[in-house]
Amino acid sequence: MKSFMKVAMATTLLTSVATAALADEIKLGVFFGFTGPIESIVADMGPAAELAIKEVSDSGALLSGTTVKAVRGDTTCTDAAVATAAAERLITSEGVKAIVGGDCSGVTTAALQNVALPNGTVMISPSATSPALSTVEDNGLFFRTAPSDARQGQIVADILMEKGVKEVALTYTNNDYGKGLADSIETNFKAAGGKVTIVAAHEDGKGDYSAEVGALASAGGEVLVVAGYIDQGGKGIIQGALDTGAFDTFYLPDGMVGDSLPVAIGADLNGSYGANPGTDSPGAATFAKMAEAAGFKAGPFSAEAYDAAALILLAMQAAGSSDSAALKDKVMDVANAPGEKIFPGELEKALKILAGGGDVDYVGASAVELIGAGESAGNYRQIEIADGAVKAVKFR
Amino acid sequence: MDLLNALVALANYILVPGIAYGSQLALGALGVTVVYGILRFSNFAHGETMSAGAMFAILFMWLFQSLGISIAPLPTIVLGLIPAIICMIIYLLVTDRFVYRYYREQKAKPVIFLVASTGLMFLTNGIIRFIIGPDDQRVSDGARFVLKAREFKQFTGLNEGLAIKTSQLITVVAAVAIVVALFWFLEKTKSGKSMRAYSDNENLALLSGINPDRVVMIAWTLTAILATIAGALYGLDKGYKPFTYLQLLLPVFASAIVGGLGSPIGAIVGGFVIAFSEVTITYAFKKVIKYLAPDAWAPEGLVQLLSTDYKFAVSFVILVVVLIVMPTGIFRGKSL
Repeated sequence: MKSFMKVAMATTLLTSVATAALADEIKLGVFFGFTGPIESIVADMGPAAELAIKEVSDSGALLSGTTVKAVRGDTTCTDAAVATAAAERLITSEGVKAIVGGDCSGVTTAALQNVALPNGTVMISPSATSPALSTVEDNGLFFRTAPSDARQGQIVADILMEKGVKEVALTYTNNDYGKGLADSIETNFKAAGGKVTIVAAHEDGKGDYSAEVGALASAGGEVLVVAGYIDQGGKGIIQGALDTGAFDTFYLPDGMVGDSLPVAIGADLNGSYGANPGTDSPGAATFAKMAEAAGFKAGPFSAEAYDAAALILLAMQAAGSSDSAALKDKVMDVANAPGEKIFPGELEKALKILAGGGDVDYVGASAVELIGAGESAGNYRQIEIADGAVKAVKFR
Repeated sequence: MDLLNALVALANYILVPGIAYGSQLALGALGVTVVYGILRFSNFAHGETMSAGAMFAILFMWLFQSLGISIAPLPTIVLGLIPAIICMIIYLLVTDRFVYRYYREQKAKPVIFLVASTGLMFLTNGIIRFIIGPDDQRVSDGARFVLKAREFKQFTGLNEGLAIKTSQLITVVAAVAIVVALFWFLEKTKSGKSMRAYSDNENLALLSGINPDRVVMIAWTLTAILATIAGALYGLDKGYKPFTYLQLLLPVFASAIVGGLGSPIGAIVGGFVIAFSEVTITYAFKKVIKYLAPDAWAPEGLVQLLSTDYKFAVSFVILVVVLIVMPTGIFRGKSL
């Protein structure tokens, strides 16, 4: 009997040790469109989120030395059904504690409402910018390190007005992101005294955009605003407009800023301009160096992706638990003042301050300041295409 | 001057793209019509056959480029067409041997062929994904333009530019050449005549000693030639995206049915009807009217019949109307 008790106790002990070891590893979902219309941008966003996760994991300072592992899920950016299934897999089968993502507004909304809400999982998106996400029912689970497109609309109107543009034609990709951004641009540009000659949708994944380009050209305007995707219809529209001589200058919103566009279009794109979220804060420069060392580029939305992952992990530390229900209340606290300012590469320091009961104000790579329903206040980087490359002109 | 401007605007945004797109649809529809005329089923795999043909043309283009062979100013892909066509003939004959022949021996109903072709469509789609991947490929090299919009404006002093791409010119020239060759083949050669006889009345043709296997083989060979050229030209003009060909299937079938299934002339006319309907119905005529009408009449709106969102609905509507009003199409083909 005695020996049986011993064995039983030993077994129980072993089992509990084993479970503890398993529970020690926290999984985070990295939920971006690794395939699909913005895959060239995501190629830098994924590694950026994973860089923050690795930094925290290696520090050993999170929740008494737990390690963190990134698990990738593919949103496809456009297919809500696939994105929902991928989110379902991340949460129920992989058991991730929270999700960095999604990327495009439509799939993010779908994953949030169908999977994250019922399961009570926190999502922090670096790049879903639809204004509709500000007011969506989220039980406090959804945040974004990207600004709402309501803000981008103002930026677009400001830049166009500064350039002395009075008339624009506007085309958008026919989904939540494109529609939201187009509405916001139209409202703001009209309020600033400009004229929008036409607002026309285009579908992604088509071969031929001559009908769309024909309609846009007929409506006319000094500049064509292309609220689309860089690897998809947006590129097709620009190519078609240049080929037929319909427009010479284009305004490129966030989804269209990237190095692949000037490469694909060539010298004709020189002189076009736009803006995407970005900042000249010291964090951005540090992050660019870290990215280079890790073997990827600090491309569009990659700083936001790093920050989204960092915020989740810092909130876990502040809450003292990796549970979404606990960490969701801490996200705003760690992101905003008061507290010690935290830049990229200083996550270990932040974790230690939080462990000691202190306060942090996470600045990060994109000068994070969460407002309203938990979204970035919005810093934009105005760019211009010159000599076949994207060049930053100034920051707003 | 205003009249000229209006005409150039129409040519640039309707005529040139319409003719190029119409030629591409016509070549696609000819392939569908050949299969329908001889083998008597709607080949839903035709879109993917075009895509696979374009893929082979691109693979051979890469080979030629790496060997430094070029035919500038023409794009290299034109050179890749010949080996690509041979590959596609083999591919189609193999699929016929292992899929369609079985159903022919069973004397299966057309709808069973149709379902089998849908299966082949997915298979071909998978093979393409496997070989070349789902990414876009740029295929145009050589001179991109025959006529540039900016140069045209400077040369003529007009407000409106006219652009003609090399790919558009090649498309139209190739389409005309192929159509002439096809008609010569069908009207003048013995094989062509036996094909027409087989298409008109299968039993009578068999009684008069026409070898059905040979007719089927020639039909697939023609389909391979038409599909490969149509697919490669479409890719050359618009950039090769492996999966846009699936969407091209609808306008291609609409063209074949509008013109009359089984009728080669019908396929060509149908192609241009569909292409021009898609482009003109969604075109905003504001600019043209502004040039033609006195200033006081200048329209406030865009003078657009349908927003471009409904572009694809246009071919659907034409298809439905034709099927209801005259199911045999313009040129009295076979009804579905």
